[in-house]
Amino acid sequence: MIALSLTDLDISYGETQITHGISLDIAEGESFALVGESGSGKSTVLKAIAGLAPQWTGSMTAFGQPRSHGIDQHFARHCQMVFQDPYGSLHPRKTVDAILSEPLAIHGIGNQNGRVEDILMAVGLDRKFRFRYPHQLSGGQRQRVAIARALMLEPKLLLLDEPTSALDVSVQAEILNLLKRLRREQNLTFLMVTHNLPVVSFLCDRLAVMRHGRIVEIADVTELKRGALKQTYSRELMDISVAHAG
Amino acid sequence: MNTPLLEIENLRVSFPTHKGAIDVVRGVSFTLGRERLGIVGESGSGKSMTGRAILKLIRAPGTIRADTFRFDGIDLLSQSERAMRNIRGARISMVMQDPKFSLNPVMTVGEQIAEALQTHQRLPRRETRQRVLAMLDAVRIDDPERVASLYPHEISGGMGQRVMIAMMLIPEPDLLIADEPTSALDVSVQAQVLDIIDEQVKRKGMGLIFISHDLNLVSSYCDRILVMNTGKIVEECKAGELRNAVHPYTRGLIAAIPRLDETRDELPVLDRSAWVAQ
Repeated sequence: MIALSLTDLDISYGETQITHGISLDIAEGESFALVGESGSGKSTVLKAIAGLAPQWTGSMTAFGQPRSHGIDQHFARHCQMVFQDPYGSLHPRKTVDAILSEPLAIHGIGNQNGRVEDILMAVGLDRKFRFRYPHQLSGGQRQRVAIARALMLEPKLLLLDEPTSALDVSVQAEILNLLKRLRREQNLTFLMVTHNLPVVSFLCDRLAVMRHGRIVEIADVTELKRGALKQTYSRELMDISVAHAG
Repeated sequence: MNTPLLEIENLRVSFPTHKGAIDVVRGVSFTLGRERLGIVGESGSGKSMTGRAILKLIRAPGTIRADTFRFDGIDLLSQSERAMRNIRGARISMVMQDPKFSLNPVMTVGEQIAEALQTHQRLPRRETRQRVLAMLDAVRIDDPERVASLYPHEISGGMGQRVMIAMMLIPEPDLLIADEPTSALDVSVQAQVLDIIDEQVKRKGMGLIFISHDLNLVSSYCDRILVMNTGKIVEECKAGELRNAVHPYTRGLIAAIPRLDETRDELPVLDRSAWVAQ
């Protein structure tokens, strides 16, 4: 089954058109990456899917259901987003418990207590963190809370916007392992935005390279690992990545 | 190497808490010539505090102690605040992490760079302007005239970081400390910014201390690497020999980085079982 299908997606902010004719099909259970430099429009695609950039034309379908332009509760049940910066994405004056209970309250789901406990366990956070505030947690712990919040509604599709770029390499490894395990356990579909190609190699099955708001190339991750991307621009990105690996 | 630029022995930085003083840097010793030194470690390892201590930028109630703490023969510990101001910027300068928060939002880029120069040297206005434009050109900014008249919110992150570098290099310091200079930038811009730092350091024969959590980055831009953990140096090696590092902490850090040709199903992580639920 197709988890997410984008057809001819043009997204604009005011007068400026950011993306041009983005078309993608992501299968259920697949992990898909959007890569490119800043300004390539990759994060904008995620924002449009999440409903944070409502000015778009074309069509978006998740699990066979078309997405409307407005706030879509039904869509939110299936699709949740994890943001880049765990220092900015958690409410500073709400406890972890309040942060995790909020999606349940919005969607009128019961057994809040049990669900919060389960999810903390699933993302590898001790119960003692439940009544703490975000400023009492480290970056890695916060990102675990952010992932837990996205999973509260038991979505099938997770949108990940550079989930580890604000973290140290050692903490990045923990979060990547966590995402990989959760995907296996809960049969999640990932759409991840990143500029870090090795992360794509570790976590994803396929990738799309974006530049100036267009998809330049869609490739299998095995081609990335072999260094066999076809387009010149994709190869440039790959070369930068290799040069940095020293 | 000729005479060392920096000699540090048994540096300790501590902060008082209600449970007694906590040392965040615990007995760090190293010497630096006119070379490129990388300091690597996780958050909380004390690497940034070491960098800040060199400029005596540790705010009270934090304290700095050391057996030897000399820059170019000057004992930094005995310098007054007033004397330190003549050293900061002119002799040692520091590139901070995020240009968004480190540039003055209500001054144009050109004014800010000129201010950095005028603080330490009296020059005629026309010459100041020429130096500013030449400096912007040196950090590969295409249209220096135009960029000099822009405000920080009108330029991109990569450009902002280049402006910061220009500002730090214009008084021609002997030592540049770069604290995570590129972590707010994306990969393609990162390489550019580091190349610029590298080029300037080589051309002017400065010393460089490059502080970062990214081992790969540090190893490709430095000659020598210090690995820090919980306030101590756990390993020192030549950049080219990082692959043969022996300390388990360094090896753990290296192993935790995913590779382009990744085949591992799970990445090894450092033991942090103290807080992760089992």
